[in-house]
Amino acid sequence: MIIDLPQLSLVVLIGASGSGKSTFARRFFRATEVVSSDACRGIVSDDENNQAATADAFDLLHYIVGKRLQRGLLTVVDATNVHPEDRRRYVDLARSYHCLPVAIVLDLPERVCHERNILRTDRDFGPHVIRRQRTALRRGLRGLRREGFRHVWVLESLEQTDSVEVTRTPLWNDRRGERGPFDIIGDVHGCYNELLALLQELGYEIQPRPGAPRGTCQVTPPTTDGVPRRPVFLGDLVDRGPDSPAVLRLVMQLVAAGQALCVPGNHDVKLLRKLNGRTVQVRHGLAATLEQLEPEAPAFLEEVRSFLDGLVSHYVLDGGRLVVAHAGLREEMQGRGSGKVREFCLYGETTGETDEFGLPVRFNWAAEYRGRALVVYGHTPTPEAEWLNNTICIDTGCVFGGRLSALRYPERELVSVPAADEYAPSVRPFLQRDSDDARSAQQQHDDMLDLADVTGKRIIDTALLPNVTIRAENAAAALEVISRFAADPHWLIYLPPTMSPCRTSTAANLLEHPAEALDAYRSSGVDRVICEEKHMGSRAVVIVCRDADAARQRFAAPPGESGIVYTRTGRRFFDDASLEADLLERVRAAATRADLWARLETTWLCLDCELMPWSAKAQGLLRDQYAAVGSAAQAALAATVPTLEAIADRDGSEEVADVLRTQRARQAAVAAYTRAYRSYCWPVTGLDDLRLAPFHLLASEGRVHTDRDHLWHMGTLAELAADDDLLLATGHRVVDLTDADDCAGATAWWEEKTDAGGEGMVVKPLAFVARGPRGLLQPAVKCRGPEYLRIIYGPEYLLAGHLDRLRQRGLRHKQSLALREFALGLEGLQRFVRKDPLRRVHECVFGVLALESEPVDPRL
Amino acid sequence: MLLEIETTYAPATDIGYLLHKNPARLQTFDLSFGRAHVYYPVADAERCRVAVLLEVDPIGLVRNRRGPSGNRRSLDQYVNDRPYVASSFMSVALNALFSTAMNGRSKERPELVETPLPLRATLSVVPVRGGVDLLERLFAPLGYEVAATAHPLDEQFPEWGPGHYHTVTLAQTIPLRHLLRHLYVLIPVLDNDKHYWVGPDEVDKLLARGRDWLGDHPAREQIADRYLKYRRRLTRDALARLAGDDDPDPDATGAQRDHEEERIERPLRLNTQRMGAVLAALKASGARSVLDLGCGEGNLLRDLLGARQFTRIVGVDVSHRALERAAARLKLDRLPEKQRQRITLRQGALTYRDAGLAGFDAAAVVEVIEHLDPPRLPAFERALFAFARPGTVVLTTPNRAYNVRWDSLPGGALRHRDHRFEWTRAEFRGWAERTAGAFGYAVRFLPIGDDDPEVGPPTQMAIFERNDAEDAPR
Repeated sequence: MIIDLPQLSLVVLIGASGSGKSTFARRFFRATEVVSSDACRGIVSDDENNQAATADAFDLLHYIVGKRLQRGLLTVVDATNVHPEDRRRYVDLARSYHCLPVAIVLDLPERVCHERNILRTDRDFGPHVIRRQRTALRRGLRGLRREGFRHVWVLESLEQTDSVEVTRTPLWNDRRGERGPFDIIGDVHGCYNELLALLQELGYEIQPRPGAPRGTCQVTPPTTDGVPRRPVFLGDLVDRGPDSPAVLRLVMQLVAAGQALCVPGNHDVKLLRKLNGRTVQVRHGLAATLEQLEPEAPAFLEEVRSFLDGLVSHYVLDGGRLVVAHAGLREEMQGRGSGKVREFCLYGETTGETDEFGLPVRFNWAAEYRGRALVVYGHTPTPEAEWLNNTICIDTGCVFGGRLSALRYPERELVSVPAADEYAPSVRPFLQRDSDDARSAQQQHDDMLDLADVTGKRIIDTALLPNVTIRAENAAAALEVISRFAADPHWLIYLPPTMSPCRTSTAANLLEHPAEALDAYRSSGVDRVICEEKHMGSRAVVIVCRDADAARQRFAAPPGESGIVYTRTGRRFFDDASLEADLLERVRAAATRADLWARLETTWLCLDCELMPWSAKAQGLLRDQYAAVGSAAQAALAATVPTLEAIADRDGSEEVADVLRTQRARQAAVAAYTRAYRSYCWPVTGLDDLRLAPFHLLASEGRVHTDRDHLWHMGTLAELAADDDLLLATGHRVVDLTDADDCAGATAWWEEKTDAGGEGMVVKPLAFVARGPRGLLQPAVKCRGPEYLRIIYGPEYLLAGHLDRLRQRGLRHKQSLALREFALGLEGLQRFVRKDPLRRVHECVFGVLALESEPVDPRL
Repeated sequence: MLLEIETTYAPATDIGYLLHKNPARLQTFDLSFGRAHVYYPVADAERCRVAVLLEVDPIGLVRNRRGPSGNRRSLDQYVNDRPYVASSFMSVALNALFSTAMNGRSKERPELVETPLPLRATLSVVPVRGGVDLLERLFAPLGYEVAATAHPLDEQFPEWGPGHYHTVTLAQTIPLRHLLRHLYVLIPVLDNDKHYWVGPDEVDKLLARGRDWLGDHPAREQIADRYLKYRRRLTRDALARLAGDDDPDPDATGAQRDHEEERIERPLRLNTQRMGAVLAALKASGARSVLDLGCGEGNLLRDLLGARQFTRIVGVDVSHRALERAAARLKLDRLPEKQRQRITLRQGALTYRDAGLAGFDAAAVVEVIEHLDPPRLPAFERALFAFARPGTVVLTTPNRAYNVRWDSLPGGALRHRDHRFEWTRAEFRGWAERTAGAFGYAVRFLPIGDDDPEVGPPTQMAIFERNDAEDAPR
């Protein structure tokens, strides 16, 4: 006997004690697939035969079964299951996870069971128990199908049990192996001419067979990379329109030839029921179809009947990345088979209410969709096919005078042809938008982010690092920052990562030196790096759109906004909206001059920048800390030194001289400190006093520019900065790490820059994303100059006894943080560019901010 | 940091006997946080000046941190004023260097201990936080002639203005031990900070060094508050012990207590009224389950717990720390199980949809919306009125027009630094009515606090009630 199990089923073994269930299960299933009541008894009570633990054991068993089914795993229940009330629970569980419940009955003779039990030392119940169990089993045997088991196999003898084979068959909807390319076509509703026009528009060559009935054609599909494309019909082929038979004929022919796929729509199923001779209410255009079918031969009708009867509710395609269903499909139902799944595929979900037109109010499942698979569906006519949460409805109401649309997959391009006529009146005027909201459906939906999408422990899969973990307490900290201070999440597509300094130098009077940065990249196998001047101001992310219209379309910006400048924590950089607007206008004009809109085929740019002076943003910090310390230190030492000079005149001891020397050194250090911070401060009275230095052109429409090297970024941004003093090109040089002179030159350049008051430099592999033998490399490390570091480590950090202690610093955590934030930052941009729903972009931005709350030495 | 004390008492160098430090040479002392040098820049018979130079180790400050952490940034930073200014480090040093003098003992010159000497103390840099008149308030009642020079933050950037730092001179003819005790207590009071954890023993230190002068000082409350870092219980304890010593009259003590209470309650009274009004509105709604959105440290939650009508209370705040404090203040871990089950605290943000907030009878949103940026209000409106969708929403916010009635508020200013806006009555009504209309609620308004005939009440309250028949858009 062959037991052919559906791939995803709940297998309920039924048999008396000793009938060999566990042995059977071991023979045909993986140990993890089998959930046994005895094992559960053991887990909850340390005794597999403890009948007193039965209730708890079954609670556990049901819980495990539920979890496995939820995750889409075939599961076998190993328990006697001889009473209908024991089995009811499994049928319910299978149904609620849209799996098929099946039963395998081991109805072996009582003698066999009894003999087996005698051999087992842990079972001391008498034959009467087995007799009772078998009686119950046999009584229920006939009712198993009625109980809801979709398949029942009964094994009645040892011989039969020994000779059995178990196979597994994928569900009909599982077509994951089919990779496309596809042209997915929305509700045709008998609009044959439009269907032909659409197919031709898509590149199909169609030759109607002369003399044959309409719909009989020779179809040659277009190819992509040599692979012929295939239409996928989303159902509702019939009703309302002028020529349902022709549409059926064409689609049936394509499907039969393996040239197309088709899922059923509610109208198709209603027609099927009519053809099956059932009584159905003839309306919604079915009357028209029946009339059109009237002249057709009974053989054709039978062909139609059998075709419709064979349609599978939905398909999972392309390795699980694509799902097609007439009315869409929730994630938990994809690839599953149950009556509910089929219902959903055909009719979607309704709220039980009716609208003012008497039509059922549809529950917008797509608004809550979180699945990874793209779901393409029809059923609900809409004026424009719109993306929402990785789903798209492409029923654009052809039969109501709208358009017939197709989605090209994997290209995700929409192609449509207009209806030649309004073939049926729409009860609900669908061409009218629900509201006068100019934003897209996704934008309207994105207005409301869900707390559950950001809080708690989260693991984010990024293209650069597989799993970036965000701990719950860091997410909690980020939530506070984001919700209290951050700009509108629509604008926040990127937050910059932190950057580690190079390894600590051991050279005299230095904490950081280029040698360590260059060495580190060389020993990771990098041949060329770029050294970029490090500007000392405040980090600023600038998003500038070509115009307000672009800002609205791409960032759902409110009227009047056409860009933003925000800080590394997502706060608006400027309190003064007009100053921000003026700055953006200058950047916009520069982009226009540099022809970036056309060159990058974009309406927006995202720039990673430093905005100077430091004092523009860090006023509070300067006043409360940096200037304050300078002022206090100067005053204190100015008072101290003369008092010591006074006694040094009197007391020539070495002790006094020593204290005086120290205080003078401190005084000099403080003066140097004040000089250091002053070089990053100048008064700002207006835009012309600011300097914006963009150093990454991160992204523009359709592209994250991490595939270009840093020279491209530097070059393009230098062009941007060319004709406006507000914008600053960043000094840089490329260094061949295998050339000692080149490396020495870089060091000399760093010395020159830092001597002139510069902060230092940033060293990056020339490629934006670089990998070494041990994985992703630091995207950049900073080498800060000794004078600048006074602002970080205090005015006196170079004095005797201090520097040595400061050299003890650990960089590992900072480096790991830098990598994780880099990966998240770029992932956010990728998702934005891919037009993912906002929550997916926000997740990354939120993640960067959460990681930033991890405690790490702030001086690094 | 340099402190100098000069005297013109004849012979001036006798001060060395009081301080137990030889005027002839420089002496260095190791302290836990660095070193102190004591020396005499001037030491002759007419004039003698002793200098205390404190060297705080700037690296050790950060690396060997022992003091309170997390609550203030100051000790986490290498760029730090502590090595340069007079602060609690100086008090600790004074105690270590001159405890004998402060305690009023001198082997060689016992008669000088209680002798008022012409003294002038100069603090090279001291942070005076809270306005320079604080110096006068603190030292003038003790008889000092006070002179102070402010140091600009940076002379190259005059627009940054002056900082807190002053060079301060205090002159008076007074026994040296009094001067030292005054400095010991009042330096950290000026600075308004301590580099170590303030515990109950700090009260003993305050009393040991302040017993004979603090009780009568008109600024004693402020001194105790600042010295004890605003730990109210410690302050009350210190003041009570001072009063106990000097003023056993129970009536007078009672009067003082009343005064204190009034001082504390003045700003609280409006808050109490507000909580009362909100509670009344929630009760009147008949709600049994109630959300307190933006519950902060749990003022309203306590009242809600006290009303048996509410069987399910959820406090939501975006600040995790506020929730922790609320849990502590409400003593959640010690509530009986039945009570404990009534209340939950959870972190949440009002601009995100939150499934956990759906299905409640009522929500209180007390003094919250003014902390949201106006562009984020639509998200808040949808999260609350469309998704959480409680039957009743009780919402309060300041009435901007009333601000002219606050003496302490400069014209045009908002009441709190974090307020992103404050609305007039008309603006609030406009917003509330628009919002109610959009989401299928009815709204009415009530004043909270003294309803000024001209500018209205200080706080305005809106009560939204859901029209259940209507299905609101999401």
